[in-house]
Amino acid sequence: MARSLTPLLWLLFSVGGTVAALLFPVHVVLLGLAFPLGWLAAPSQEALHALIRHPLTRIYLFVFVSLPLFHWAHRFRYTLYDGLQLKHLTQLIAVICYGTALLGAAVAAYTLVTMS
Amino acid sequence: MSAPVHQYTLHHPKWYRRRVSVWWWLERRSYARFVLRELTCVFVALFALVTLWEVRAVVQGPEAHARFLTWLRSPFFLGFHAVALLAVLFHSITWFNLAPKAMVVRLKGKRMPDALVAGANYAAFALLSAAVAFLLLRR
Repeated sequence: MARSLTPLLWLLFSVGGTVAALLFPVHVVLLGLAFPLGWLAAPSQEALHALIRHPLTRIYLFVFVSLPLFHWAHRFRYTLYDGLQLKHLTQLIAVICYGTALLGAAVAAYTLVTMS
Repeated sequence: MSAPVHQYTLHHPKWYRRRVSVWWWLERRSYARFVLRELTCVFVALFALVTLWEVRAVVQGPEAHARFLTWLRSPFFLGFHAVALLAVLFHSITWFNLAPKAMVVRLKGKRMPDALVAGANYAAFALLSAAVAFLLLRR
C-alpha cells in the first residue's frame, strides 16, 4: 500500500465511522426491526421511491453506504493483522478490504445515478 | 586480559519474541472489549450493503420491494438486525466517547472539556435520529 494513501484511508475511516455512529442505529431500529416486526407502520414502496428520487436523498444514501464501507475496510484490515496475526498477508488483505469497499461504493453510485 | 574483540554483524540479531496465541484477546476483558469494538465494523459494512440492497429493491418496483420485505421478516434477518443494533450502538457509544481524544477542540486557546465534545456528538446523534425517523414515519 502506497505510503501517500495512508492519510486518505485514515480520513475515510474516520468520516465513515462518524457517519455510521450518527446514523446507523436509527436506520437499523426502523428498517431492520420496527417495520418488519410491525411495531410501526412502514412507508409504502411509492413513498420510499419518491423519497429516494430526491437529489439530496441520493447524496445522503451514497454517503450512508460508501463511507461506512471504507470505515469497515480500514478497521477490519487492522483487526485481521492484530487479531489473527496475518502480517504476512498485508497486501492481499488490503486489496480485498479496500477493493470490496470500492466495489460497494461503485455499485451505490451506479444505482443512485442511473435510477429512475 | 585481552581486550574484547568487537565484531559487527551484518544482520540484526534475531529478537526474542514471545509467541502470542491467536486468542490473546480472550485473556483480558479489556482486550476482548477492544476486539469486539473493532469487529462492530463488520455489522456496519453488512448493514450498509443491506441498505444498498433495499434501495435497489425500491427502485426495481413494488414486487421487488415486497420480496425484499419478506426477506427482512425472516428469522435470519430479524436476528441479524437485533445483533447489528447492539453492534452499531456499541460503535456509536465508543466512537462518541473517543471523539474528544481523537479531535481536540480549542476555543480561544482553551481546550474544550471532553464531556462537552462528547455531548455535542450525542446531541447530533439525537437530532439526526429524530430527523430520519420523521422522514420515514410522516404520513
